[in-house]
Amino acid sequence: MNTLSTEQDDVHGELMEISLGPHHPSTHGVFRMNITLDGEIVVKLKPVFGYLHRNHEKIAEGNTYLAAIPYTDRLDYLCSLTNNWAYVHAVETLAAIAVPERAECLRIILGELARIANHACLVGFLLNDLGTSFTPLLYSLRERERMLDLIEELTGSRMMCNFFRFGGLRSDIPEDWLQRLRTYLEGPFARFLDEQDALLSGNEILLARTQGVGILPPALAVQAGITGPMLRASGVPYDIRKVDQYSLYKRFEYKVPIGAHGDTYDRYMMRMLEMRESVKIIQQAMDALKNAQGSHIDPKARNQGLRPKAGEAYARMESPKGELGFHLVSDGSAKPYRFRIRPPSLINLTALEDICLGQTLADTVVILGSVDIVLGEVDR
Amino acid sequence: MLGAGIIKGLRITARNLIGSYHDPNRLTTQQYPEEPARLPANYRNFPFLVLDAPSPDEEGTLRCIACKMCERECPPQCIRIEAARDENGKLQRRPKIFEIDISICMGCGICVEVCPEYSIEMDHHFEVVETERHQSLLLNLQRLSKPNAYFHQINPNKATASDKAIAEKKQKAAERFATTKAHTPKDSK
Ligand code: SF4
Ligand code: SF4
Repeated sequence: MNTLSTEQDDVHGELMEISLGPHHPSTHGVFRMNITLDGEIVVKLKPVFGYLHRNHEKIAEGNTYLAAIPYTDRLDYLCSLTNNWAYVHAVETLAAIAVPERAECLRIILGELARIANHACLVGFLLNDLGTSFTPLLYSLRERERMLDLIEELTGSRMMCNFFRFGGLRSDIPEDWLQRLRTYLEGPFARFLDEQDALLSGNEILLARTQGVGILPPALAVQAGITGPMLRASGVPYDIRKVDQYSLYKRFEYKVPIGAHGDTYDRYMMRMLEMRESVKIIQQAMDALKNAQGSHIDPKARNQGLRPKAGEAYARMESPKGELGFHLVSDGSAKPYRFRIRPPSLINLTALEDICLGQTLADTVVILGSVDIVLGEVDR
Repeated sequence: MLGAGIIKGLRITARNLIGSYHDPNRLTTQQYPEEPARLPANYRNFPFLVLDAPSPDEEGTLRCIACKMCERECPPQCIRIEAARDENGKLQRRPKIFEIDISICMGCGICVEVCPEYSIEMDHHFEVVETERHQSLLLNLQRLSKPNAYFHQINPNKATASDKAIAEKKQKAAERFATTKAHTPKDSK
């Protein structure tokens, strides 16, 4: 932290402007906050991003439709499977490609697994921001490690999965892999969730630091276009899995957790509860797999040399962080004419100043953690 | 009671600490440089080209027919292929130049997927250290080629499946060749 400038103000005395980041352990990647402080209270906060800009959209516009899939892994690298899914979903909408039932079930399993891995990681990092130095983070990472091992075995890579294809998945999922995932989720992972709740959800220090901190009012959340667990923590029941009913989500029974206060604690609890619901969805999808028709990919679907008819499509999905949408415009050639991403991380960040005003500097770090951003997606 | 949550939490940390001495579920650290990394068969890193060797001690021939499919589909465009030509300048079905710049390659495996000849596959070799970053990271034909036996070693299931698919393809081609021959009158060309 370095002091940039000081201003004189009659009422508050001297304000101090500090620059937190871009290289700061609490800013989750290369993100910078220019904060103006009155004593320890935040009076102004300006998020600065763009340090990780990699020109994703333009690269995708210069490549074939298939070649854009591995780049989507690198958006929100904590849950590349849902990014893959959102993109292929958009291309399938654009080119009217059908997806077999079995592929849909497998996609849901993978998508929810990505959600669990993302939330497990987030919960750990959030607690780390609170100063519970490392213990809960390592518990979380230990569990994520197991999930990544499974994902690696299946897709060949821990984070850059590149596993979804237009019309299905790159390869089928072997029965024993599914069985191992199930054993893991019902055994060690269920124990992790219970332990995490016992360890921290009722911890007095955690409650004191997060309850009533960084309140996001529902009206503001809706106006700012906030989506995902952050919106639901403010009490707005909006989950695209329920609203759009894409894929086979309408077949499965699960609850969408809703918060009441919109504070940091609710945002933390949203993730804890969603992980339990995702486990339920995975179990149901595995059962549904037994009677599912078709194979892991539609054999008629073209992946190489795909040339969708001229037109445009916007498709969205409930990614772990919120509404992840892809807007594609095709001019009939093998490359997208326009490739646009609606990143939940970036749009959820827009409310950061509003929820940090009046809080202390130490709390902004925790609030930022509870927003759950990945800079790969914010900057693209 | 104030502090009950903290005491409850401490019980969990204690259980994890003690468990880490006997419960494999609580101890996941791999002693990597001392113990070799455990890689699943599907693991992918950088591509290599498969050499079909008739016997283990022979050089072997490349499966690649220089169709340039992988070059066209590679997302970051890090493959460069030039087909060989015979003395009359006629294009041959084998590459003269095949280069992959692994400082650009992102290990996506799309080249493997699009290759019609099962020629390019993903390697497991990840400990790549060079002291210079241009020429040494540009793999040429010689450094890319690895025997089929090596492929069998790193990913036995896929290697066997590829061998089988190639055998079937050859047989079908032979059958088609036989039938077209039978239908072609001998005097016509
Ligand atoms: S793995 Fe991907 S990036 Fe690397 S050469 Fe193959 S297609 Fe290109
Ligand atoms: S796609 Fe396969 S056969 Fe064609 S050039 Fe590439 S490696 Fe060779």
